[in-house]
Amino acid sequence: MPLVHIPALLLSLTGEVRQQRVSGTTVREVIEALDKIHPGIRDRLLQGEQLRSGLAVFVDGLVRREGLDFEVSDRSEIYFIPAVAGGCAYKVAQESSA
Amino acid sequence: MPGKVHVTTVINGEKREFLCQPLQTLLDVLRDELKLTGTKEGCSNGNCGACSVILDGLLVNSCLVLGAEVEGRRIETIEGVIGQDGLHPLQKAFLENAALQCGICTPGFIMAGKALLDQKPRATEAEIRHWCAGNLCRCTGYDKIVRAVLAAEKSI
Amino acid sequence: MSTTTIEKAKYKILGTRPVRHDGVDKVTGRALYGADIQLAGMLVGKVLRSPHAHARIRSINTRRAEALEGVKAVVTGADLPEPGDQSANLGELGMVPLKHLSHNVLAVSKVLYHGHAVAAVAATSAQIAEEALKLIEVDYEVLPPVLDVLKSMKGEPALLHDDVFTDELGEKSSKPSNVASHQRFQLGDVAKGFASADHILEHEYRCATVHQGYIEPHAATAMWNADGFLTIWCTTQGAFTVRGAVHQILKMPVSKLKVIPTEIGGGFGGKIPVYGEPVAALLSLKAKRPVKVVMSRTEVFLGTGPTSGSYVKLKMGVTKDGRITAAEALLAYEAGAFPGSIVNCGGLCIFAPYHIDNVLIDMYDVVVNKPKTAAYRAPGAPNSELATECLIDEFCEKLRMDPLEFRLKNAAKEGDLQSHGIPHPKIGFIETVEAARQSEHYRSKLEGPNRGRGVASGYWLNAGLTSSAMARVNADGTVTLVEGSTDIGGSRTSIAMQLAEVLGITAEEVIPSVADTDSIGYTEVTGGSRVTFATGWAAYEAGQAIRRQMIDRVAEMWKVAAETVTLEDGIFSANGDRSKTITFKNLAETLAQKGIDIGARITVTPHAVGGAFATHIADVEVDPETGKVTVLRYTAVQDAGKAIHPSYVEGQMQGGVVQGIGWALNEEYVYNESGQMLNASFLDYRMPTSLDLPMIETIIVEVPNPGHPYGVRGVGEVPIVPPPAALSNAIYKAIGVRLRDLPMSPPKVVKALQIAKM
Repeated sequence: MPLVHIPALLLSLTGEVRQQRVSGTTVREVIEALDKIHPGIRDRLLQGEQLRSGLAVFVDGLVRREGLDFEVSDRSEIYFIPAVAGGCAYKVAQESSA
Repeated sequence: MPGKVHVTTVINGEKREFLCQPLQTLLDVLRDELKLTGTKEGCSNGNCGACSVILDGLLVNSCLVLGAEVEGRRIETIEGVIGQDGLHPLQKAFLENAALQCGICTPGFIMAGKALLDQKPRATEAEIRHWCAGNLCRCTGYDKIVRAVLAAEKSI
Repeated sequence: MSTTTIEKAKYKILGTRPVRHDGVDKVTGRALYGADIQLAGMLVGKVLRSPHAHARIRSINTRRAEALEGVKAVVTGADLPEPGDQSANLGELGMVPLKHLSHNVLAVSKVLYHGHAVAAVAATSAQIAEEALKLIEVDYEVLPPVLDVLKSMKGEPALLHDDVFTDELGEKSSKPSNVASHQRFQLGDVAKGFASADHILEHEYRCATVHQGYIEPHAATAMWNADGFLTIWCTTQGAFTVRGAVHQILKMPVSKLKVIPTEIGGGFGGKIPVYGEPVAALLSLKAKRPVKVVMSRTEVFLGTGPTSGSYVKLKMGVTKDGRITAAEALLAYEAGAFPGSIVNCGGLCIFAPYHIDNVLIDMYDVVVNKPKTAAYRAPGAPNSELATECLIDEFCEKLRMDPLEFRLKNAAKEGDLQSHGIPHPKIGFIETVEAARQSEHYRSKLEGPNRGRGVASGYWLNAGLTSSAMARVNADGTVTLVEGSTDIGGSRTSIAMQLAEVLGITAEEVIPSVADTDSIGYTEVTGGSRVTFATGWAAYEAGQAIRRQMIDRVAEMWKVAAETVTLEDGIFSANGDRSKTITFKNLAETLAQKGIDIGARITVTPHAVGGAFATHIADVEVDPETGKVTVLRYTAVQDAGKAIHPSYVEGQMQGGVVQGIGWALNEEYVYNESGQMLNASFLDYRMPTSLDLPMIETIIVEVPNPGHPYGVRGVGEVPIVPPPAALSNAIYKAIGVRLRDLPMSPPKVVKALQIAKM
């Protein structure tokens, strides 16, 4: 089962448990499964149905821009890291519905 | 608004005429009236040297000279540095020594370097650094610029 | 100056030093930068700015300005589309309130810093525009200015926003706050870690607000067309970023916006946000003529985005043999007028060079009445790594340990955890320390009174993100390459070199150019030390695609299987058949004659970014009477992964070092009690000149990034990180006082000496 590393600010929700193995084939599924064990964590990692703004998904050390839809394997290690873009600290998305 | 001043001058060896407001700087005139945009504006108060030109053989910040002041005088700008035979040794040296990164200060430095080497063809590193202290560069840390001027000396 | 490589040279083009393709234009004054754009009927735009650091706008009256002859348009914040509660999508940085972006461009209801834009005019001449600004009447209700980051955290003396709450991963404070967010990283157990330490030290470090100091002021020209299309020429680090920002702020469809980047005279992160672009666009929309808005130097200081002033408290524990057992840090960074400092980057980098099992980092993003901060070369990292590199020096003194030895003892390696829990990939920190130790500089003696040597290391994470390139083979065997990365420092050549290497042609045979948003695929900003890495990768892939197409075509011609054809050193040949060879150039000509077009269009988003490490050595002499610090000698060692064009890698190192020296010794925004900046000119915002510096020696080491086809690591940013600490440590050796507040300017050095004597 994939391993989730719990962000430091959310340790109060997991009783200080720092890593948790949960089932799931995508990051989204993993978060839902995590919420069943540690209720409330889903609504911190997600904003509505999207990944919370300001967070990036890292799997096995690499940032994965597919985010919640990224497919994970049994040996995947998942992290939720503040989204920074190096010297691009201001990046505006290309299109919205306008 | 006061009337414009008519000025006749020689720029890069060519006779030029222009009209300018009394308070317009030479920098504004070069860029906006004469469309010689090679001379750059960095600060408009004489602190960065990006607007350096040579006026009657003297290196000046064109932002501190009025357009009206150059009546009857000779100006050299970056556009005039390239000669009939091609790039000036300073220009070649800047390219070969990677002495520019963004390039905005480069025209000013080439004018400053030219003014120095016209007077002192064998300037030392210390003399180059002192002479160019009025030209700011934020990209290179000056190392390769100084080396370029030293290299240019060898071929002048 | 020397280049040390660990890998044997195996490339033909990479590692050479061709003259940059845009060089002749730039040494002859022909290159067009932002302010050089001239269009028929163009008007001059000027901006009115707030004289107050914090005030409510009671009313703005523009009637008299509008009535002045020659004025063609006047705009205020009221002319911007209502942002409401909409979020602006900042891509990876998530959603921020659109009103924060919009209100920074033109204030509505409140001004939040001295220099905040309040109104703008477009007129037929600069003089008329200036006159018009004086005729705009703004009625302000002045409020107390918030200028200190720690006081601001307590809400003193005022709150800037009634709709900003402290966010902790989705949990918001119940009351509004000047602290916009709190983040935390944690490893192990710092209490246990400190308990097992033999020595514990804790100190506070402060940085003043500093500016990127690019010599070219911001310039934007907007031309609205009656068919609803808007074209913007601007000096920017990212044409697509400008397009996205204008699209969101003005609520215009992206398809009707074209952004043409001019050449850019420096950015360093400060030319990523938009300032004049939406203003010029609004003015052009109203005046129905092109409008150019160019900032004065004063406006650049007051109205753009300097980097964060900061407070860092750092506590570390070390055993008597010099092993770090625990590190605990509090980072409070000034975001400026609106939330969004890069405090999280500070936390990601602060301990990156070291293997530390027990870590706790709290990061606070705090608003103050100063300009909204923007990125500045390794944003957030110099502020935080200053603390680590200085505190380590104090441990080394206690333990009588050589500072480079200490770094080797604690060096992070591949697999060691970073502060956020992710293991380091393959990295080159140790190699930089070793190279520094072996350097002639480090082994030389420094003698004389008031002289001292300091060392410091640094890390920057670098970015990947998206880049595009298009390439076409020409009939004469050259390759035209179009890419989207504005060229701040010779990058179009490093990108061209990577394409040339694939095809076995020379760098001169590639013809690179930087294109606008209609002409090239999406390309993220020139920043984050990502261009040689990511745009280079796009060019590499374009080269591979061209290679495959030409192999397929020549295999057809030769009637052999494509798998038997190779391309080496610019020559195609079929295995084992000496009659079947053709040069790249001849094949290009042949294919062109047959009307066969060979080209590729590539977009990449590479994930395997390699971080950059550096170790620097600084020798200084301090004049105890004046407090002046002279840099006698400076050496920068850095891991470049693979130096594509060594001259430009050296140039990035030298330029970053000198910005770091300025940051360390002289640069700061000086404010009065009302929050007005007092030194908004190059005279008093004192950046280094050629007279202030020696040559900057560079040593490039190459520990290739396994994630990139050529091993590239971004190089542009890490060089600014070590200098402040290296200089602080050197000053200590010179005069026996430790300075922990930047800048370490002459008055502060003198004061520290006086205090030390008491």
